[in-house]
Amino acid sequence: MASPGKSAAVKAPEPPAELVRESLVLNNRSLGWITNAIAGVCEKPMPIWWWPAFIVSVGGMLTMFSLIAYLVSTGVGVWGLNHPAAWAWDITNFVFWIGIGHAGTLISAVLFLLRQKWRTSVNRAAEAMTIFAVACAGIFPVFHTGRVWFALLPGYLLPAPNANAIWPQFRSPLLWDVFAVSTYGTVSLLFWYVGLIPDLATLRDRSKGVMRRFFYGLFSLGWTGSNRHWSNYEKAYLLLAGLSTPLVLSVHSIVSFDFAVSVVPGWHTTIFPPYFVAGAIFSGFGMVLTLLIPLRSLFKLEDIVTLRHVDLMCKVLLATGSIVGYAYGMEFFIAWYGGSPYELYAFKNRAFGPYWWSYWAMISCNVISPHFFWFKKLRTSVVFVWIVSIFVNIGMWFERFVIIVTSLHRDYLPSSWGYFTPSWVDIMTFVGSFGLFMTLFLLFIRFLPVIAISEVKGVTPQADPHHPLGGAKGHH
Amino acid sequence: MNSNRSKPHGLLAEFHTAADIFEAAMRCRDAGFTQWDVYTPFPIHGMDEAMGLRKSPVGWFTFCGGFTGFFTGMTMIWYMNKFDYPLVVGGKPLFTPLYAFPVSYEMTILLSAFGTLFGMFFLNQLPKFYNPLFKNERFKKSTDDRFFLCIEATDPKFGMDATRTFLTEKCHAAVVELVED
Repeated sequence: MASPGKSAAVKAPEPPAELVRESLVLNNRSLGWITNAIAGVCEKPMPIWWWPAFIVSVGGMLTMFSLIAYLVSTGVGVWGLNHPAAWAWDITNFVFWIGIGHAGTLISAVLFLLRQKWRTSVNRAAEAMTIFAVACAGIFPVFHTGRVWFALLPGYLLPAPNANAIWPQFRSPLLWDVFAVSTYGTVSLLFWYVGLIPDLATLRDRSKGVMRRFFYGLFSLGWTGSNRHWSNYEKAYLLLAGLSTPLVLSVHSIVSFDFAVSVVPGWHTTIFPPYFVAGAIFSGFGMVLTLLIPLRSLFKLEDIVTLRHVDLMCKVLLATGSIVGYAYGMEFFIAWYGGSPYELYAFKNRAFGPYWWSYWAMISCNVISPHFFWFKKLRTSVVFVWIVSIFVNIGMWFERFVIIVTSLHRDYLPSSWGYFTPSWVDIMTFVGSFGLFMTLFLLFIRFLPVIAISEVKGVTPQADPHHPLGGAKGHH
Repeated sequence: MNSNRSKPHGLLAEFHTAADIFEAAMRCRDAGFTQWDVYTPFPIHGMDEAMGLRKSPVGWFTFCGGFTGFFTGMTMIWYMNKFDYPLVVGGKPLFTPLYAFPVSYEMTILLSAFGTLFGMFFLNQLPKFYNPLFKNERFKKSTDDRFFLCIEATDPKFGMDATRTFLTEKCHAAVVELVED
């Protein structure tokens, strides 16, 4: 350890020019600039566009809640699902939303463990997206039970005996899912909150209003930035990242067990867990880009969320999109190679049966669109990336629809075949869930720092005591 | 208590760069102070060694949480599905750790996460809403772009004048006195 007597020991040799990395925050912004730029977003009044966006989102949210009230008071028949497709838009929407969440955890936990420092600019918004997406996801499986009071009563979802003293049975993946999704929501919230504590302290120290000072003060818990605290905090953050990583991989694996453990042709395959996880990350990064590209330009945060971030996220889209495309192909191969006529029929029916349009919508959005990102020019064209990200979202919704509905509508017995069409309640409930998601996201922009202030500062050269910009002496 | 009025809390030194506070922390460590701390807007890499801190023990709380979670999961499922109300479903065994694993796994992670969070709060003694540091207006910059070092009056090596001289002359910092109520 260097002793202070030899303060020259603080010097570090200059790295060779080719090893010097591009700074993550552009234009050599100071620490104070970073605080002002990010905290400024939620301190200043919201720009004009925020209000119409908020009103439309709240309208969507209220539509969804009214339609859920209609569903609960009338019965699950207000949705279009019926025998044989007893799972349709509800479970499609559930898997869609829970998948969206996975990118947030991937950015916050997996990229943290891999020491990908660029994650600091995007992890806060991505984690917020995760939590809001899990909230939207949870609504569908709960309310698809129809008489929801039975689902929430002990003996169905909660581990407590029902009226006949029978316990829930844990051999069912549906019950595993209850534990996986609720653990995922809870741990994501804890992880997000831990990351927020130092930034809430920053907002507390800057706030002028009584209400803001009280609430930021309350939730920042008296944080001082003490290094003895940072030491435990960083260890806790690392451990939470280490816990979230196996968690996020397990959640979509367990979601896929809901299907894979059944005997329905098209569902009963071992490829599902990795295929679902890759698809979840693919869809989640699509949503991160859909949200962050407008956010960075509307709030002038281009120096923090740079084109390099967009470029890197497009590479993740390309990688996971290729895995998804491979899985689609492999499913067909195994359906043929496995020699089960039912399985082979299920796949032929997907591509050429009555739901052919949904299959080809999925293929064109998920298999074709990510391959534009082999080209750097396209990866750094924000408008193009934003449009493709929308296609990724659409394609991934169709993927879940294809898996669920095309497998269910024609299984073993042709006499029980059918065709599912959504009702207007189905459609508007799903549209309304975007209202809930956007309402939560707009409130997040309004009240919380959209970028992790302390983490971004921590990856600047000014934060490094051995860097000339951090004040290290012995350099010119 | 009246005798506590304007009792000194310690001396607060302010620095402008990460390197300055890093060096000052090493000096404080080598001068043998024990009741002191560094306040920074972000964790500074290597500061734990510069301050001579031991490794954070948060991991033990995580381990205890995870251990509890896993065995709670396994025991709960065994109790519910095999012991209290055995019910054969699909001809499958009443209990095996295989089907109990996914839920126990999630419980492991859930309670590990709570263990980590509350372990960190416990070790850091948070929430703590009163702190003499908050009475200093300049200290508000500690969550922005300034770096502070506080040597507390309870430190056995603390001497108002000697410590002030140490901070101003050896560490080249602007120093103010903090008081307790």
